[in-house]
Amino acid sequence: MEKVQEPSVGLLRRLARPLAGAAVPIFAVLAALLVGAIMLIALDANAIDGYKALFSGAFGGADELADTAIKSMPLLLVGVGICIAFRAGVINIGGEGQIIAGAILSTLVALGLPGLPRIILVPLVLLAGAIGGGIWGAIPGALKAYANVNEILSTIMMNIVAAQFMSFLLQDWLIEEGAIKIQQTERLSENSHLPLLPGGTRLHLGVLIAILVAVLGYVLLFRSALGMRLRSVGHNPHASRYAGMAVKKSIVQALAFSGACAGVAGAVLVFGSESHRLIGEGGAAAFTQNAGFNGIVAALFGGLHPLTTIPASFLFGGLLQGGIDLQREVQVPGALIVALNGLVVIFVVSSLKARGRLGAWADRFVTSGSGPSDVATDAADEARTEVAATSGGDA
Amino acid sequence: MWSDFFTVSVIVATLASAVRFATPFLLAALGETIGQRSGVLNLGVEGVMLLGAFTAYYVRLNPSGWGWAGSLPAAILAAIVVGALMGLVYAWMTLVMHAEQGISGIGVFLFGLGFTDLLFQKQVGVPLPIRGLTPWKIPLLGDIPHIGDIFFNHNPLVYLAYILVPVITIMINRTTFGLNIRAVGETPEAADTLGVSVNRIRLGAILLGNILAALAGAALVMNTNIFQQNLTAGQGFIAVALVYFGAWRPGGVMAGALLFGIVSSTVLQLKTLGIVSGAASALTAMAPALLTIVVLVIVSRRIGQPSALTRPFDRDA
Repeated sequence: MEKVQEPSVGLLRRLARPLAGAAVPIFAVLAALLVGAIMLIALDANAIDGYKALFSGAFGGADELADTAIKSMPLLLVGVGICIAFRAGVINIGGEGQIIAGAILSTLVALGLPGLPRIILVPLVLLAGAIGGGIWGAIPGALKAYANVNEILSTIMMNIVAAQFMSFLLQDWLIEEGAIKIQQTERLSENSHLPLLPGGTRLHLGVLIAILVAVLGYVLLFRSALGMRLRSVGHNPHASRYAGMAVKKSIVQALAFSGACAGVAGAVLVFGSESHRLIGEGGAAAFTQNAGFNGIVAALFGGLHPLTTIPASFLFGGLLQGGIDLQREVQVPGALIVALNGLVVIFVVSSLKARGRLGAWADRFVTSGSGPSDVATDAADEARTEVAATSGGDA
Repeated sequence: MWSDFFTVSVIVATLASAVRFATPFLLAALGETIGQRSGVLNLGVEGVMLLGAFTAYYVRLNPSGWGWAGSLPAAILAAIVVGALMGLVYAWMTLVMHAEQGISGIGVFLFGLGFTDLLFQKQVGVPLPIRGLTPWKIPLLGDIPHIGDIFFNHNPLVYLAYILVPVITIMINRTTFGLNIRAVGETPEAADTLGVSVNRIRLGAILLGNILAALAGAALVMNTNIFQQNLTAGQGFIAVALVYFGAWRPGGVMAGALLFGIVSSTVLQLKTLGIVSGAASALTAMAPALLTIVVLVIVSRRIGQPSALTRPFDRDA
């Protein structure tokens, strides 16, 4: 184990691994698109025209880039929450429910206090979103910590409960008065709308909030005592317990923070939308756009690090945004996007192991045979071992 | 209102449909049990159920000109083939690529959800009913008052699901394949040392699990006789939870499936009788998910899952 290294080798070595790490998921996405192309051809659609439309729709100009950024916001917010949960050794599949809980609570605040000035109401609805999502995350967290309930199953069930509860509210208590029976609230107070950013695009404050949350997530995880404890619990709960750390409390906190991030996404989806209301028509997934699941992929794509999840979400958001153009271009039903989405998840999740292997290979290549020594700290690698350790955990 | 529900005929009908509604839960959860005993968690059950349901529905919908290929056995066989294909996909993901099992199933779910919806809209368009399976009344047993109606007057897939309970119990506990499944699910390293191919056993378990999930989808669509977007509505996820409920034993899984069958059929009966309506039906639709959480809280203290669950096997590691 040599302590001193040539600086150039150090730099190369530092770059080789992230580059290898980024290349693998990109190949995974390409593989998913290839399978998607076969699907399109089988449906008598022109796959090449379709994918051209996808890329120009996602990244083709200022408006397209703005729409992509808007699409990636909920992915980033959920993704940051996923980083927190996974690093603490908890698998959170409940993003969908946490988004909905955040959206419902923030909508109730905006309906109850419509007269507050914008400078107060906007932060208030975002806070309400965080609290709603946080509570929805803390429940499965507490069930796992104190009743030993498998969080994968409980968070999925919490998704179903939240979706049905939203459907109930929008059919009954919160439905717009006098309207034809569309499952939606009235247009929410002007003072609750997220302000548009200058530049003439549809970009609004939510984009900055999502990036801010990512930075806060980074500080929480890697620059605070609390984050140190969460990561320690995720790495080895038994050793952490011996060291006197509050393991059960940490599990609840991790899922509460994770849910809070998703809850903010719920608020942003309501108050940053063009209609400025909570809409349940077409089912809960039409509202969340599956961001609760896709955020997981964005976070894995970003190596379970809040800051690298920013570009990862943007790329993934572009794929989803461009998917709408693809679907319009080749005239197939919108369900195509969900199917493509599933393929991307399948391939990206499957590629993560290859990513670790390629990273190790890159290390060996660059250091020419000295073998991987201190590289275990690399985010992607660490993330993998942690996730692997998690899922085998006590259920 | 409620007095409408508490009549003998309504209760018998509700229990009979409970036995029927339990079938998809039971088939899917039995498959998941086999997979989990071998150490593989599959959250993709929901997606595979949808694919199996659509396949059976679509094949059955097109009998004109298809000849025997549009027959009921062909519809069920097609679902089985699709299940086996999805099993190969999942085996590639988990055994070859070592994908994280808690998440990879979500990909299968989203794919199944989107792809079946896409095919349904593109190839079928309007919800056309199919002629599904008809009940086979079992001689003598089917004539027992009430009991016969509840248990012995169902379609063949229902009987198959319940017959599989003892069959799979025996398979897991009394056959070499079952012993191998348990070995690779508890201590894959030891099994490997003794010459058991861990991944080959797991492949077999995954294939069986996915075939049963697809069959569960077919059973579901044979109950409803119609396909729609997200037909399963979370039943596949509940089936995974039932494995925990049943403590990884087919008998326990059956008890759980029957419980959920009773809840589902009661909710439907209350709707049919107009006891709950409109918005309240969204609240009753929460019941299975809430019940699942309660059940998990109750059972989670006493059980131990297969030690190697979700842990990929890598001889070099």
